Amino acid sequence: MDNKAVLEYQNPVLTFSGNIDKFNVPGLIADYQKLKILRLERIDLQDVEQIDSAGVAFLDKLMLEFSDFKPQFIHANESVRNTINTFSSLQLPVAEKLKTDNFFIQIGGGIYKFFETSASALYLVADIFYWAFVGLINKKGQRKGSVIQQGVLIGVDALGIICLLSFILGLILALQSAAQLRQFGANIFVADLMAISMVTEMGPILTAIILAGRSGSAIASEIATMQVTEEIDALKMMAINPIRYVVVPKFHAITICIPLLVTASTLIGIFGGLIIAVTYLDLSAVVFFNRVFEVLTLKDVLVGLGKSFFFAWVIVIIGSYYGFHVKGGAEGVGKVTTQSVVASIFWVIILDAISSLIFYF
Amino acid sequence: MKKTPIISVKNLVAKYGEKIILEDVNVDIYPHEVTVILGGSGCGKTTLLKNILRLFQPYSGQVEIFGQEVTQMDEPEFNSILSRIGMLFQNGALLNSISIFENVSIPLEQHTKLSAEIMEKIIRVKLNLVNLGNAENLFPSELSGGMKKRAALARAIALDPDILFCDEPSAGLDPLTSASLDELILKLKNLLKMTIVIVTHELASIHRIADRIIFLDNGKVLFTGTLKEAKKTQIPEVETFFRVGKF
Repeated sequence: MDNKAVLEYQNPVLTFSGNIDKFNVPGLIADYQKLKILRLERIDLQDVEQIDSAGVAFLDKLMLEFSDFKPQFIHANESVRNTINTFSSLQLPVAEKLKTDNFFIQIGGGIYKFFETSASALYLVADIFYWAFVGLINKKGQRKGSVIQQGVLIGVDALGIICLLSFILGLILALQSAAQLRQFGANIFVADLMAISMVTEMGPILTAIILAGRSGSAIASEIATMQVTEEIDALKMMAINPIRYVVVPKFHAITICIPLLVTASTLIGIFGGLIIAVTYLDLSAVVFFNRVFEVLTLKDVLVGLGKSFFFAWVIVIIGSYYGFHVKGGAEGVGKVTTQSVVASIFWVIILDAISSLIFYF
Repeated sequence: MKKTPIISVKNLVAKYGEKIILEDVNVDIYPHEVTVILGGSGCGKTTLLKNILRLFQPYSGQVEIFGQEVTQMDEPEFNSILSRIGMLFQNGALLNSISIFENVSIPLEQHTKLSAEIMEKIIRVKLNLVNLGNAENLFPSELSGGMKKRAALARAIALDPDILFCDEPSAGLDPLTSASLDELILKLKNLLKMTIVIVTHELASIHRIADRIIFLDNGKVLFTGTLKEAKKTQIPEVETFFRVGKF
């Protein structure tokens, strides 16, 4: 390792001595560049004690640069010659550059992929709904207690964070609007605003976004890991439908949990608004609640709860889709988890917009 | 003349929690030889390898590599020793997020000052040596198990290390690939005077490449010696291994 290498040139012979290895090659290249060699016919390796693959790569570089003169190695001992023969890159085929498709092929590929993805997602949706319905009647193919277990994971474990965030959101919403409303002496309308916004919009969407981040990512990563570690294949080989065994319990659990979570989120959010109404706007709790029940209609409650079911199903379907379509190992699992969360939140907001257009436009 | 060991393990004890995995292990590994560590499943072979390389911290005992005690060595100093060592893990342990070419380039980029042009030549040669000349732009997830192992070997030998550790290199490979891997290991030993330490069960492979055998059983060293001596020994476990060919 400490053995220095030396380079000498006497037209047309380049003479090496010492060790031509990974430690000495950078120095040898610097020396070689200083020499400004124009002609090279022979490379004398008589005094070379040892050579490694970095050394051979350097010799290859010289051979290529002076290929017009067809340089020859001279006086190389057998060991050095064998090492050169083994590690030389001169006989390797030229490395192919990666081809990139032209613009039109890329566009076409993108469209084809979109339709392929859509078709595959639709098949999965059909499968999940079919087996979820069958699963209500026939529990075969599902693990005992799996719906309760998933209910705890998706619902009970998420309750705390959903309540906390809804409460804070209710406080913020009421505080921001109260500051405006009190200027016009319209303090009482803070109850209208809290009731309508929490029931029809903020409660369902906040719950759905938290579930997308929490449960959607868990669903995608769990299924993706099972796919990568061949657990899904193992289920298939045991004649167990993976959708029925893995996805349906989550689907049932989230369907049961989401209306309860949305209700909790809405009530806590309104409670946050009540605190601002009482402390900041000097309204009484009785007046606040009277107003809340006065402005709320059955339609608002049904729209709020109804769309939350669609949000829940979208989260499970997207999580499962990405989970089943994972590619690669640990890296792939991370990638599909992120993609599933982004896609879930995107589709939750799109569905929300559609429902607003249908019911309130 | 007595050879000086390149690796010397003295009174090594390794534990998982309270469970003793290696008990007072003393072994010497000599330069420019292929040393094979043998033994039944769970006898501590991989643990010994990982304790030598400080992937597990030994409970007690000493490990000397290139004449330097490494168990208490500080990290920068130990890293300079690691730059002279290559390791082929049982499952390859390639980084999944980067291509095979980039995987092999990691040790070269980190431990040498070679130019990109020289590095590229080295990487292509190493990939070609393990018959993966056409796979340099592929990602690990696109390779079969055997290909992953060969790519990992290319990474392990990227720096022409003085010592190469291989944890079950032939496991899961077809006999032809396994034999070509053995040939490559012998070539590396002869050309670059590498010291090679292998954990394997493959008897055919042992016969092809082993110079020296270390036989472990229940965390203890039952036998150390040359392949010739191992075949003649009367120690029942070792004798059974070579007679039956499996444990």
